[in-house]
Amino acid sequence: MAKHHISMTLNGEPTEFLCSTRQTLLDVLRDELNLTGSKEGCASGDCGACSVMVDDRLVCACLVLGAECDGKTVESIEGMADGENLHPLQQKFLEEAALQCGICTPGVLVAAKALLEKNNNPTETEVRYWLAGNLCRCTGYDKIVRAVMSTAADMRGDSK
Amino acid sequence: MESIQFRKPETVDEAVKLLQGADGNAKILAGGTDLLVQLRAHMIDPSVIVDIKHIDETRELTKNVDGSYTIGAAVAGAEAHERDDITADWPGVIEAWDLIGSTQIQGRASLGGNLCNASPAGDSVPAMVAAGMTANIAGPDGRRTLPVEEITAGPGKTNLKKGEFIVSFNLPAKPSNGGDAYLRLIPRTEMDIAVVGCGAALTLDDSGTVTSAKISLGAVAATVLVVEDAANAIIGTRLEPEAMSALDAACQAACNPIDDKRGTVEYRTKVAGVLGKRVVKIAADRAGNKV
Ligand SMILES: Cc1cc2nc3c(=O)[nH]c(=O)nc-3n(C[C@H](O)[C@H](O)[C@H](O)COP(=O)(O)OP(=O)(O)OC[C@H]3O[C@@H](n4cnc5c(N)ncnc54)[C@H](O)[C@@H]3O)c2cc1C
Ligand code: FES
Ligand code: FES
Repeated sequence: MAKHHISMTLNGEPTEFLCSTRQTLLDVLRDELNLTGSKEGCASGDCGACSVMVDDRLVCACLVLGAECDGKTVESIEGMADGENLHPLQQKFLEEAALQCGICTPGVLVAAKALLEKNNNPTETEVRYWLAGNLCRCTGYDKIVRAVMSTAADMRGDSK
Repeated sequence: MESIQFRKPETVDEAVKLLQGADGNAKILAGGTDLLVQLRAHMIDPSVIVDIKHIDETRELTKNVDGSYTIGAAVAGAEAHERDDITADWPGVIEAWDLIGSTQIQGRASLGGNLCNASPAGDSVPAMVAAGMTANIAGPDGRRTLPVEEITAGPGKTNLKKGEFIVSFNLPAKPSNGGDAYLRLIPRTEMDIAVVGCGAALTLDDSGTVTSAKISLGAVAATVLVVEDAANAIIGTRLEPEAMSALDAACQAACNPIDDKRGTVEYRTKVAGVLGKRVVKIAADRAGNKV
């Protein structure tokens, strides 16, 4: 069968691609558009390494079909920094060493950004529940949670 | 094999035609959080995938003038959770829905998908049943309405006929002195499948006596259960200890669970009674607070 011709807005840019029905948004990002920031940890919705925003909703790109994305607005980790300027979360993750191997990091950052846009003053419990779908086998989560909390404090302008 | 068609009808009629026309192998796509996993694992091999999210009726969550709600079959959990009206009226339904998966899964997971995937452990289902929800079904012979408890036929199976799909659900208006609740037991605190799930909805009179109740159990039989004996055990009581023991016994007696790594038959049965009592307590507190 002919492939689907899809037009979407990706990280602010109009983007077109061809895909088959079976290809997920994650397959499209990585294999068709060469954006390999979003990772495939499980391809079954469990790990969150493929987290992206579709029409302002946090979702697993491995559980969205590429063909569903016609007319949609998609944001991936590649759109997070503003040129050379890292997003405050990215900067904080570096400063506080909130990553080790880094495989989970793009998904964690996309998910954490979505949280802070909804709630700029989350409790530790709220951060942990929000990120429960982002698995990390290296850090033990504490540094991730602390980095998200301290970014939130910085962005609110609280002094430490 | 590889050539699966992908269609996104904008009307119910178009969707029904596509479902009916496909040589027996059309699959509806709502949030895809079950469907895509099954597709990837080659558990299903559809010839056409019908994305119902472009049909307005499947995407709307409306509070009607009589206080009831119409919930589109493809509305995502995160969308409902952001609504103050339904969250205040039917906290049990919203909590059960919200328990489905992570934040990312919530961005997509629908009630229609949770119900029609027909896992005996689907979290939203006992809460929908307890609340008295019905499903609006469209098909080749027009529309019909069924109580949620009559939709599933067994693990992975529904009573929907060829060409039929759920367009939306009706959730009754909250009775002025009513309350609902849902609890599940899982081995961890997040992201797991229910060992037992229990939903309850009830009404109280001014003296705190239960005037009506509906109690539903999930994950303890092939389909969701409506436990009438449990409701009868508490109707006309003020949830005195004897009534609570009778409720516990009725929940246990209704169970016909499987043994698996998440829980033995004995464990699931005992937990069903415990959850029944806890859920009824929460629902009654909620009903009382609202009088
Ligand atoms: C990581 C992860 C965690 C999860 N955790 C939970 C959990 O804790 N509890 C739980 O209950 N579930 C859980 N699930 C399962 C799943 O997320 C839910 O069942 C969800 O509600 C399915 O909804 P959906 O819209 O994504 O369905 P889809 O995947 O789109 O559809 C599911 C099935 O229903 C059919 N269908 C969908 N809509 C309709 C309709 N309107 N009419 C007729 N048929 C229809 C589809 O054809 C398909 O067979 C989890 C899944 C994942 C990946
Ligand atoms: S790759 Fe998508 S959740 Fe793991
Ligand atoms: S840093 Fe390695 S998985 Fe999180």
